[in-house]
Amino acid sequence: MTVLGQSAAMTGRRLRALLRQPWYLAISLAQPVVWLLLFGQLFKRVVQIPGFGDASYVTFLTPGVVVMNALFAGTWAGMTLIEEMDGGVLDRLLASPLRPAALLAGELGYHALVVAVQSLLMIGLGVLAGARLAGGGAGMLVLVLAAALLASAVAALSNALALVLRRGESLIAASQFVALPLTFLASAFMPAGLAPGWIQAVERFNPFNWAVLAGREALAPDPSWGAAAGHLGALLALLLVAVFLTLRAFRGYRRSL
Amino acid sequence: MTNVTNPAAEQAAHRPPAIRAEGLEKRYPGGVQALRGVSFSVPAGTVFGLLGPNGAGKSTLVRILTTLSLPDRGSGVVAGLDLLREPAAVRRAIGVVAQRSGTDGNATGRENLLLHARLYGLRGAALTRRVEDLLQRFGLIAAGDRPARTYSGGMRRKLDVAMGLVHRPQVLFLDEPTTGLDPEARAEMWTELARLAGESSLTILLTTHYLEEADRLAQRLAIVDAGRVVAEGTPEELKRGEHGDTVSVELADPAAAAAAVAVLTRLPGIHQVAAEGRSLRARVSDGAGRVPAILASLSDAGIQAAAVTVARPTLDDVYLRYAGRSFAQAERTGAGADAPGAQGGPS
Repeated sequence: MTVLGQSAAMTGRRLRALLRQPWYLAISLAQPVVWLLLFGQLFKRVVQIPGFGDASYVTFLTPGVVVMNALFAGTWAGMTLIEEMDGGVLDRLLASPLRPAALLAGELGYHALVVAVQSLLMIGLGVLAGARLAGGGAGMLVLVLAAALLASAVAALSNALALVLRRGESLIAASQFVALPLTFLASAFMPAGLAPGWIQAVERFNPFNWAVLAGREALAPDPSWGAAAGHLGALLALLLVAVFLTLRAFRGYRRSL
Repeated sequence: MTNVTNPAAEQAAHRPPAIRAEGLEKRYPGGVQALRGVSFSVPAGTVFGLLGPNGAGKSTLVRILTTLSLPDRGSGVVAGLDLLREPAAVRRAIGVVAQRSGTDGNATGRENLLLHARLYGLRGAALTRRVEDLLQRFGLIAAGDRPARTYSGGMRRKLDVAMGLVHRPQVLFLDEPTTGLDPEARAEMWTELARLAGESSLTILLTTHYLEEADRLAQRLAIVDAGRVVAEGTPEELKRGEHGDTVSVELADPAAAAAAVAVLTRLPGIHQVAAEGRSLRARVSDGAGRVPAILASLSDAGIQAAAVTVARPTLDDVYLRYAGRSFAQAERTGAGADAPGAQGGPS
């Protein structure tokens, strides 16, 4: 079986498991909707702050919540791996002809796919709630792509961390320690211009913010495709580094057995 | 081995071994020395047992022989392939049933089998036929479309074995195949494994800490203790090394115990006589044949025996001799060598 076929088999396995758990599926779809509506209401009057610029908050917020969902989806990825480690599934797969690269690619493909579907749903809902996404179809595609890239990169890092930590509690603690600050050290809920200078400085190195900016740049009335492409490129580079680290973590795991 | 008459055995002796381990050593990062130079070989087409208490290093050995883990020192050949140089080829030639079930609980039994068959390159009609055959054979047809997490322990273990067999491996590794099963499911699994061993040219390596299991299933076995092979042979050879049977005599009068010990010690072919309360235990070569003489000399000395039993040596006796402690005792104290590191690693 080719590496590609193996990856597809791994993605298929995950998708089947997801579809078989209707409650989990329902919650994973409902959660981002709640965020969109909740944050939309909570921060509604933020637009009145001088210097905000945009007309409606939901227009500003939609890319932020789409990307936030992608980040959180990615941080949970390692939990499944820990479950499979504890259950013996991982060892069984590693003793088969399945290549670790195909195993990882299958996982990342699954997360990218699920996040893409969730993102499309949220964009649709945002439009229903009054978001004016001027960039149109191409702009939405860029946002979905940015969300999928971020989710895969974070999922890979979460898997690497899972291979090193090997305990659910440790992984959750470590992920939350990183993920929550990342969401707020960014212009997801507030334009960069309104944040203090040090946050603006940190934002530039925050991959979460790259994805938010890519979406917003592509959805603006006057889309800046060049800037969006730059941010997508940075996300792709992050994904490659994350994959490299995760494959190393697989080797380390094997050495520790 | 000069007067071998069994043609199958002769053939097996000329074929290269299916598994050969040479001087395998493994130390875990936490400092636990799991293997201290393990060597053994398994003739093709036979069932070989690795017997030892928990923590003896059996699982570590299986992880190395199945390419999951690397030894610090030593080498190994499985199905004619070098473990360290051709791990990918080894993986295609072996089936692995690890101690912890490797079944995906969210997938059905059929899906578990199909996925594994695909990973090993089966496809099309051959794939479907093989999966249906295995479901049939392990009595899982009715449960085939239920998620594996709804299976009983015994069913899940059967699915595990079926997954290990899906690509018709040359060598099958079974790590503690019946641990955690209830007695009924265990008996069923034994029947299944015995059938498997009987009908194919498959080589099976099984680890167990059940003496009875090793005795029933394995044609040859190695006793592993604290990361070393302390004895190797057929169960019969190992037990024969135990110099005779255990004869126990229950005396009518406990006060006569000391006199009875003196009487028995004078008889030929009797070693290690010990008394405990009203019962005497002695190691006797050809125990059954000597019972009349034992009873006669006791009676001559005016000592009355209430009951006599003769027991063939068990692997328990063998273990006691080679490992220097009883199996039950090793189970209680021997933990550690199998557990890699403190970071919640596999055990």
